[in-house]
Amino acid sequence: MIAAARCIVARDLLLALRRRSDVATALLFFVIVASLFPLGVGAEPNLLRSIAPGVIWVAALLSSMLSLGRLFAADHADGTLEQMLLGAAPVGVVAAAKVLAHWLVSGLPLVAIAPLIALQYDLPAPLYGTLVLSLLLGTPVLSLIGAVGAALTLGLRGGGVLLALLVLPLYVPVLIFGAGSVDMAAAGLSASGQLQLLAALLVVSAAFAPWAIAAALRISTE
Amino acid sequence: MLFRGLSFTLSGGELLRVAGANGSGKTSLLRILCGLITPDAGEVRWHGAPIHGLREEYARQIVYLGHAPAVKGDLTAAENLSIACTLAGLTASPEAAREALARFDLPAGEIPVRRLSQGQRRRAALARLMLAGTVPLWLLDEPFAALDRSAARLTEALIASHVAGGGAVAYTTHQEANIRAGMLRVVELG
Repeated sequence: MIAAARCIVARDLLLALRRRSDVATALLFFVIVASLFPLGVGAEPNLLRSIAPGVIWVAALLSSMLSLGRLFAADHADGTLEQMLLGAAPVGVVAAAKVLAHWLVSGLPLVAIAPLIALQYDLPAPLYGTLVLSLLLGTPVLSLIGAVGAALTLGLRGGGVLLALLVLPLYVPVLIFGAGSVDMAAAGLSASGQLQLLAALLVVSAAFAPWAIAAALRISTE
Repeated sequence: MLFRGLSFTLSGGELLRVAGANGSGKTSLLRILCGLITPDAGEVRWHGAPIHGLREEYARQIVYLGHAPAVKGDLTAAENLSIACTLAGLTASPEAAREALARFDLPAGEIPVRRLSQGQRRRAALARLMLAGTVPLWLLDEPFAALDRSAARLTEALIASHVAGGGAVAYTTHQEANIRAGMLRVVELG
């Protein structure tokens, strides 16, 4: 079971390495969206400082959406998904491994590059820690919730739009607590409440999403 | 409705050919047998127990090769084979894997499968059978499609030796297959 999970993570990372452009697209999208705002709203430092957490979080949300469509679609098309469903490991474990690989490829780079974007918004240096920590706790939740949607819309025509309609409303709590934690820290208050709520969201979704994904995959491949 | 009133038992050492015209439900029957589709009525049992309750336990007892070759275009044939074996819970030594690929005449080295031909991709998928001798039930959907003569002969020999060794094989084909097996049975659909 552990061997199968490790094998899937290694496989997806290897595939991402051979298809670097897919990974770069999501990351560049994040950077470009976040960089467009200062051009649109003007370079007033106080304004930029106050919108920074929200803009960075919304950009992260959209960028993580962008790569969701490919999460199961490629495996579905070439038949490898069927083989995973018929594998020796429980489908929930397979789903968890796929989501972990997706986060490593599309979520972790966002966390790493966020401080650079924050610099562009002149976010005070002490807030960087809170921003990175909130993204580190929040982006895996985005991958987990998004994967349920991706599994449900697998093989549907116009699945991409449906996926966005299905998943974006469910991202709202993550957005509120994520951006809120940085706002709290900016106001000089403790952000630990919001961060703990994000951690709770992560624990709950990590416990339940893999089984929901497994059930959705079984339905979609019938 | 594709078919109704279908009932059969497949024991070890038996070869079952699912025959029928296009669209008569051969693929659907194999997908029902491996548990990817739930039938509208009726059930599939493995050693007397319904397969939907067994899940992974049953999955470990079968090899299913579908229409799609189930190989990743960006990976090499060797990588595909080793990943497929790990996921299926098969332990194959690197030598056995190399031997399997060599028998199916697949190019060694770092050539991603997407640069290979249709038939070679099919061979890369079939190489799994060489390492799956211990798995009791093989479900093969059109195993001979896109194969040349020599690969088809090799696949036939693999199926025959699996059946001779006490395994069971169910397969569909439109090609003339010449498999020597003790017990050959045919299910005709449509």
